[in-house]
Amino acid sequence: MIGDYTYTEFTSILAMQGFAGLTLFSVFVLMALGLAIIFGQMGVINMAHGEFMILGAYVTYLCSQFFSEYLPSLFSIYFFFAMILAFAASFLLGMLVEWGLIRFLYRRPLDTLLATWGLSLILQQAYRSIFGAREVGVTLPDWLMGSIALTDIIEIPINGLFVMGLTILITLGVYFAMFRSTWGKSMRAVVQNRTMAGAVGINTKMVDRMTFGLGCGIAGIAGSAFTMIGSTGPTAGQLYIVDTFLIVVFGGASSLIGTIASAFSISQAQSTIEFFLSGSMAKVLTLLTVVGILMLRPQGLFTLKIRR
Amino acid sequence: MSPALFLFRKREWISFAILAFILVVVFPTLFDNFRLNLIGKYLTYSFVALGLVLCWGYGGILSLGQGIFFGLGGYCMAMFLKLEASTPEATAIQSTPGIPDFMDWNQLTSLPFWWQPFHSFTFTLFATIAVPVALAFIISVAMFKRRVGGVYFAIITQAIAAILTILIIGQQGYTGGVNGITDLRTLLGWDIRSDNARYVFYFICVALLLASLLLAQFVRVSKFGRLLIAMRDKEDRVRFSGYDVANFKIFIFCLSAALSAIGGAMFTLQVGFMSPSFVGIVPSIEMVIFCAVGGRLSIFGAVYGALLVNAAKTSLSETFPELWLFAMGGLFIAVVMVFPEGVAGLFRQHVEPLITRGISLVRIGKVRKPRPTAE
Repeated sequence: MIGDYTYTEFTSILAMQGFAGLTLFSVFVLMALGLAIIFGQMGVINMAHGEFMILGAYVTYLCSQFFSEYLPSLFSIYFFFAMILAFAASFLLGMLVEWGLIRFLYRRPLDTLLATWGLSLILQQAYRSIFGAREVGVTLPDWLMGSIALTDIIEIPINGLFVMGLTILITLGVYFAMFRSTWGKSMRAVVQNRTMAGAVGINTKMVDRMTFGLGCGIAGIAGSAFTMIGSTGPTAGQLYIVDTFLIVVFGGASSLIGTIASAFSISQAQSTIEFFLSGSMAKVLTLLTVVGILMLRPQGLFTLKIRR
Repeated sequence: MSPALFLFRKREWISFAILAFILVVVFPTLFDNFRLNLIGKYLTYSFVALGLVLCWGYGGILSLGQGIFFGLGGYCMAMFLKLEASTPEATAIQSTPGIPDFMDWNQLTSLPFWWQPFHSFTFTLFATIAVPVALAFIISVAMFKRRVGGVYFAIITQAIAAILTILIIGQQGYTGGVNGITDLRTLLGWDIRSDNARYVFYFICVALLLASLLLAQFVRVSKFGRLLIAMRDKEDRVRFSGYDVANFKIFIFCLSAALSAIGGAMFTLQVGFMSPSFVGIVPSIEMVIFCAVGGRLSIFGAVYGALLVNAAKTSLSETFPELWLFAMGGLFIAVVMVFPEGVAGLFRQHVEPLITRGISLVRIGKVRKPRPTAE
């Protein structure tokens, strides 16, 4: 007996909460990956990252509306189209923002923070004007509904599993893009030594723009995944932005493994504590712990050794 | 600077006098009691903006958590006022008379121990400054001693603002939750909601603000102020010269926290309530924009910035609620991209040369080349 629960009940609770944590983890990872790429590689703080995610979510919502209206026969696979479109929309908007705003501010990181916050306010209000202040949800195709019963008590929702699989695929994709492709090689070269990278013929400005666009595009996919587990409102992105920043900083910026590890520990801690205390106290405790650890170890969990 | 003109240069004395004249004479004669109270509310934000000018403009430390200190100062004052409003006679209908109403609604039967000292007004005045400064001290020691700064500091302060808001909203029984501490009535037996009280509070607020401006100017022109600028521009060189950079940073951050706390306490007194919506991420970052619009290097600009942005916010969000967020977002971008030195910078670049030319025209009857303005 642990507290009021028997041992099996207790482990089941832990398993269920752990699974809920994994779903949260997936969204965190997808959001943090984009943010970590932008922050770690370019030193830019993108406060509008949440809004890029919400853009992806709204694109998914529009897709689901479109498919159920005009192409009901293909409705069961609309999600894949939605994801591609969400990526494309966020990617393009990201490139546009980099071109119009960010590229002037590379030397002033604190000012990027304010400018992108302004951008996030504008995007929020734009969503509110276009889609209304009410939250919208997408209809899931049948095969994503329901859950698998593992034991009598433990049930695992299918959409959660799907989001998780998606996260793994995208993480692998990002890994290959960054560490196994020519483009990734030039991006890392720019980070390590911008002048030399330029001297050997890499178009550093284009690399910057692509990097920013890619980070935003991943946020768009995160938004797509987000629609499966929550409803989308104009300000939903802002709820996640602080958590995501902490994840990136906690993981040690510019380290992909670190980002994933810290997203995992934060989401698991949060969902486990959530069951025993209230949701708000769980969040307070987790964030406080993270802030506390960051004060003791400001460089984060994992650090890359780069000569500055 | 000649010693006779203590603290300010001649030009700055004039700016100070103009500001004082506007606040003490022009506003009270121009506006009715309601508007004056509104301006008083805006002025409380200029304390925060002033703190940010010192901390961010001069020290290079961007804090996205000034709402923490504004809120803590405000909450300390609100706790005192709430206790005074919750006498056993006034709260006789509650199941536990004598405790604040929200505690009674949340099934608390006695006052928490950390509320007890707020029965005393002296303690409250002390705590209004001390509590926020203590927190600022803890945060800044932990961060600056380990040489964490820049965007990391900004993010951590923002996270702490988020934590504090969640905590206040979550612990409804102790803090009043999302509604905050409302229904405040009297200060030492004196009705704070009367026109007379509002009038007096406005002038107290102005007096405190002018005193804070003098203090800020004192910091600015002192050796410490020069070190601050040196530290912002080349931190390593200051460190190599043998100064302990962290201590200076800690001091300036605590000072800005204290200023914000004064603003928060005056806010509670003038507006009559305090709620978590003045603590969190969004209000904190809005406070940065007050400072940025006014000009991050100008202590007078901070006051004008807070007044301008808030007046614009009130009038715009009354008439075009949709437009306000667009305007605010545009303002953030514009202030970074187009006029990074804010209103003060625009004034210095475009208006001041004209004035100088005008004066020299009058004085010697011909146009002289304007002197380069010294900062």
